[in-house]
Amino acid sequence: MEISLAEPMLTVPFRVRKNRKETSDTRTLELAKPDGSAAPAWQPGQFMMLYVFGAGEIPISVSGDPAKRETLIHTVRAVGDVSSAICQAKPGSAIGVRGPFGSAWPVDRFEEQDIVLVAGGIGLAPLRPVLWTLMANRRRYGRVSLLVGARTPDILLYRSEMYRWRKRDIDVRVTVDAAAPGCQGSVGPVTTLIPRTEFDASHAAAFIVGPEIMMRFVVRALAQRGIPTDRLFVSMERNMKCALGFCGHCQLGPTFICKDGPVLSYAQLEPWLAIRNA
Amino acid sequence: MEKDIEALLTEHAFFKRMPAPYLALVAGCGKNVRFAAGQLLARTGDPANEFFALRHGRVTIELHSAERGPLILQTVEAGDLAGWSWLFPPHYWKFDVRALDEVRAISFDGECLRGKCERDSAMGYDFMKRFARVFMERLEAARLQLLDIYGNIPR
Repeated sequence: MEISLAEPMLTVPFRVRKNRKETSDTRTLELAKPDGSAAPAWQPGQFMMLYVFGAGEIPISVSGDPAKRETLIHTVRAVGDVSSAICQAKPGSAIGVRGPFGSAWPVDRFEEQDIVLVAGGIGLAPLRPVLWTLMANRRRYGRVSLLVGARTPDILLYRSEMYRWRKRDIDVRVTVDAAAPGCQGSVGPVTTLIPRTEFDASHAAAFIVGPEIMMRFVVRALAQRGIPTDRLFVSMERNMKCALGFCGHCQLGPTFICKDGPVLSYAQLEPWLAIRNA
Repeated sequence: MEKDIEALLTEHAFFKRMPAPYLALVAGCGKNVRFAAGQLLARTGDPANEFFALRHGRVTIELHSAERGPLILQTVEAGDLAGWSWLFPPHYWKFDVRALDEVRAISFDGECLRGKCERDSAMGYDFMKRFARVFMERLEAARLQLLDIYGNIPR
């Protein structure tokens, strides 16, 4: 059964095909339709509303390869009741799916340019489909850099895939906020990687996902390097309920993050992010 | 042929667009140094008579704890500086600096540079502004690390 835009509130049951441990609190789930038909078409940056029966529904970005349509891949960190229930879902169990919703990363718009991807923590998950897209069309782009920040080395996502990304001419740099004695990797916030990364700011765009504080500092550092804020794109997280711009829970100024976002240019968001609640 | 110190400084981010007369003065206090991976560039409590402009490789800024061993605070790499205890009395290293990889750097004699900065206040001001930017960036990095931004939001 295909999810129809005419029935955007209709939750379609999917089966958990695989549930793989990424870190102590993060799992990657592979979801498939029980009848074996293809999952709904989606674009990198878009999200699905995942529903655990009896627990609730939350928005989760798709983190798989956009060229593979038979299943949906979602990486989920257990931080609340619903996300914990998703992480605990056993193979064979049912999870409801609505979507896809929201805007996509404007990858096609920046062909022949340098691309800088900056991910903090679980923020690497919504950027992984961009990596798949760039790898599939690597010659169409200039330098591609992936800057990853995490709290500690043991909670880095997709460590086994980083080797493959590097082999496809992606400059992957990783740093952690804290590390045990003897760590051979970089220690410091992800912003410290930006001055060390090679790109031509006049022909570059950046896609950024992470905690809002991190994104603010990353945007500033990239803007200092010369990338205009209308070519800096962030994926925003807000309290999304309907995912259709009806309920208003995720409204930020004139923008409904669920419908107009989650991927938005920083230039568009900047005035609204500066407004304080109190 | 190996480049002289002045030529090397023009390629280093810290000295970018420094006026040529200042570069010549600064270069007079510098020398090329190499460290093997694992070697200490500086040790807490030792006299801080120098600082390093890193040209190749990475170093860790560490604090040694008897209970926990060497605690890594930050890594810095080619294009960065290591050390500012030479600037402020009593001129003792407050942290260890250890080479993570093979490191090539320019080491500057702190006393030589302090003397030149005192005698030429315009150069001293230029130099201090460059160091102030490094202080600001390190402080900002430390604040972000302290925030634990990837942790769960307290509810």
